[in-house]
Amino acid sequence: MADITISERQAGDVTILDLAGKVTIGEGSVALRSAIRRLLGEGKNKILLNLGGVGYIDSSGIGELVSSFTAVNKEGGTLKLLNLTQKIQDLLAITKLLTVFDVYDSEADALASFN
Amino acid sequence: MKELTLPSRIESVDEAAMFADEFARANGFGDDVMSAVDLAVRESVANAIKHGNKFDESKTVEMTISSSGDGLKITVRDFGTGFSVKDVPDPTDPENLLKVNGRGILFMRSFMDEVSWSNPADGGMKVTMVKKP
Repeated sequence: MADITISERQAGDVTILDLAGKVTIGEGSVALRSAIRRLLGEGKNKILLNLGGVGYIDSSGIGELVSSFTAVNKEGGTLKLLNLTQKIQDLLAITKLLTVFDVYDSEADALASFN
Repeated sequence: MKELTLPSRIESVDEAAMFADEFARANGFGDDVMSAVDLAVRESVANAIKHGNKFDESKTVEMTISSSGDGLKITVRDFGTGFSVKDVPDPTDPENLLKVNGRGILFMRSFMDEVSWSNPADGGMKVTMVKKP
């Protein structure tokens, strides 16, 4: 079974990626990188990552979130995070990345923030 | 004490985590310890494979795990060229926040009670981590 599944939804001009599984060194991180690159290639640069289904993330996965954030910014877009689990929230706090990412608990609030 | 020798490939990270999980459960450690140990083992073994052995499958990663009244002790050793922990940039420094790598050691230090590195005489790096009960 794959480490991660990534499903795509569109809400207006915002693309929501629902992640489920593990974002870890290897397959999980590579899958996220590929998904973000594909969206940017399609001109979709308002991206909301729903991490509610991510049961596990490691430093490589956190690094991939940072890499995604930077890649989207470079294309003039915005990447935001939705539904952090307590564990992910803890890891982003330890790394001080909560000061970098725009984080939401409500999808409606997150979508409204893009406009 | 139990020992495990792993090949330098990504799949070894899961294998090491399962090995630690089984040992910790069998020795009666609770969920909080298990969760911390799981993360620290994954980070240390990933570091050994990626930065230590540089994915060279001719080099192995050696892991030991033991339990005592002081807690759970884990060592992870690679056979790379070694590094100085002092030279690893602080990933929480504002100028490093957007770097992709460099957070594994921070996680190990955050979730374990003791973490130290040594250079075995016959090469490589060994990290020793303790999680108190």
